[in-house]
Amino acid sequence: MIVFSTRAKVILRACFAVLFALMVVLPVAVIVVAAFATSWNGVLPSGLTFAHVAEALGGDDLASLRVSVETAIIAAVLAVVAGTWAAVAARTAPRPVARTVDVLFHLPVSVPSVVVGLGLLIAFSKPPLLLNGTAALVVLAQTVLVLSFAYSTVSAAVLRLDPEQERVAFSLGASRARVLTRVTLPALRPAIGAAAGLAVALCMGELGATIMVYPASWRTMPISIFTASDRGDLYSAAAGALLLIAVTFVAVTATGALVRRARTR
Amino acid sequence: MILQPSVSVPVAREPRRSRGGRSTRRPTASLGWLWAAVPTALLALFVLVPLAEIVVQSFLTDDGAPAGLAQWASALASRSLWTSLGTTLGVAAASTAGCLVVGGFLAFVLVFVPFRGSAMVRRAIETVVSFPSFLIPLAFVVLYGNAGVLHALLGPAAGRFSFTNSVAGVVAAEITFYTPFVVAPLTAAFASVSRDQLDVAGSLGAGPLRIIRTVVLPEAAPAIGAASMLTFLLTVNEFGIVLFTGAKDVQTLPMQIYTDSIVSFDFSRAAILAIVQIVLSVGIYLLYRRAAARWTTAKGSR
Repeated sequence: MIVFSTRAKVILRACFAVLFALMVVLPVAVIVVAAFATSWNGVLPSGLTFAHVAEALGGDDLASLRVSVETAIIAAVLAVVAGTWAAVAARTAPRPVARTVDVLFHLPVSVPSVVVGLGLLIAFSKPPLLLNGTAALVVLAQTVLVLSFAYSTVSAAVLRLDPEQERVAFSLGASRARVLTRVTLPALRPAIGAAAGLAVALCMGELGATIMVYPASWRTMPISIFTASDRGDLYSAAAGALLLIAVTFVAVTATGALVRRARTR
Repeated sequence: MILQPSVSVPVAREPRRSRGGRSTRRPTASLGWLWAAVPTALLALFVLVPLAEIVVQSFLTDDGAPAGLAQWASALASRSLWTSLGTTLGVAAASTAGCLVVGGFLAFVLVFVPFRGSAMVRRAIETVVSFPSFLIPLAFVVLYGNAGVLHALLGPAAGRFSFTNSVAGVVAAEITFYTPFVVAPLTAAFASVSRDQLDVAGSLGAGPLRIIRTVVLPEAAPAIGAASMLTFLLTVNEFGIVLFTGAKDVQTLPMQIYTDSIVSFDFSRAAILAIVQIVLSVGIYLLYRRAAARWTTAKGSR
């Protein structure tokens, strides 16, 4: 280990504590407190109220929370299915094909979300596929954005698969489909679960692509938070953000639990 | 670690095995891989077609009439494009540098000067990575805004510190949000520095600074390189923080693309900016893949 005097250690840890408090704890704490504040223009908030959180749990805001959850779940399922499918199928492909699939499925990760939104907007605002102004375009945008993460999580696990197990199953006469559902996919289940949780979390907070394509009838939570913040209503925005974090946490935990239950079955 | 989208190391560049070694890993020789065509076709329809449509749009007027190179010429001659590009690169470079310094320090203390509760701290840092980026500017306005907490603490003197509506505010928010992204890979890199080497260096009388300079940093260099490329990519693409900060003079490319298309309905100009952005981002991403591959091989060779 690197040798440090006791005093140096104390100083280093103190600096660490200050930075950690400023950069990680404080922003989250401020959002939580602001969500319950009547107003906050002094050192401390001037009063405690549940009005903002209640407001965020009713009417328009509740609707956009539901929209967010629905969009995130559908988009995550689509992305995980497509990503897993590509990762598993490409494994036995000839090298150039596998390589192409790998590059293609990593491509959306480098394209900024606003550009993904712009492309979908231009491409599907005209025939043959007219999706402009539909919820489907929002789902599609989020699916594309998380596809790379789903693919790379699963394909990393595919590389670690032990081909022996599948070969044994084949040699015992199992059909291709049976090996896939009984051997390959169960072995990938932890990675698929991780990919699903990640995809849900990323979709819930997605802003850049959504803001380009959303119709007025399908406003996700981040859009509503931005609208509140833009008109200067910081406390409603904070209440919305607090709910968004809470619901995201529940959704990710639920995804993990579902996957674990499926494993023990 | 689950919620670390970033450090997924590309697969295609896996350390190469010999041809024979590779083929034994393949379960059976069959045409099952043709199934990959289905998701790939969907990807082409929903990613490649839209990207191609952006390119087509850049040569059309907003009414759909062919415009040739005229719009490209006027966009490339306009100052606003170059200003946006400069702002994007400047904000990203400053944020990346800040993240490396702060994240490097945090990772260093976590690994070499651990304390009670450092595991919990590490988990907290991994958790905030999954939060949406716009939480940070939102919190910053309450904390450091013109009517914020800092203002109340310092009184009128705080006027000098109200940076939330400027380039400095954007950079500070990006450093705050992206530092946790740097901590995880750097913690892993520092932890993999061989203990024996550190002990030998220490027993030979090298001071902490010298050990850091001659042992730790060279060993962690590939990881630092990969992490900085990734942070640069993420900050070049960042949109939520810039949008929520709402500073008039911070027009990064993603922000400009949004304004041009959704606010002023100038889709042709937005398309041209989008192409500039794609070239920039994909270029940085390819550099990141190379850096990450070097990092993995460096790890594998030990």
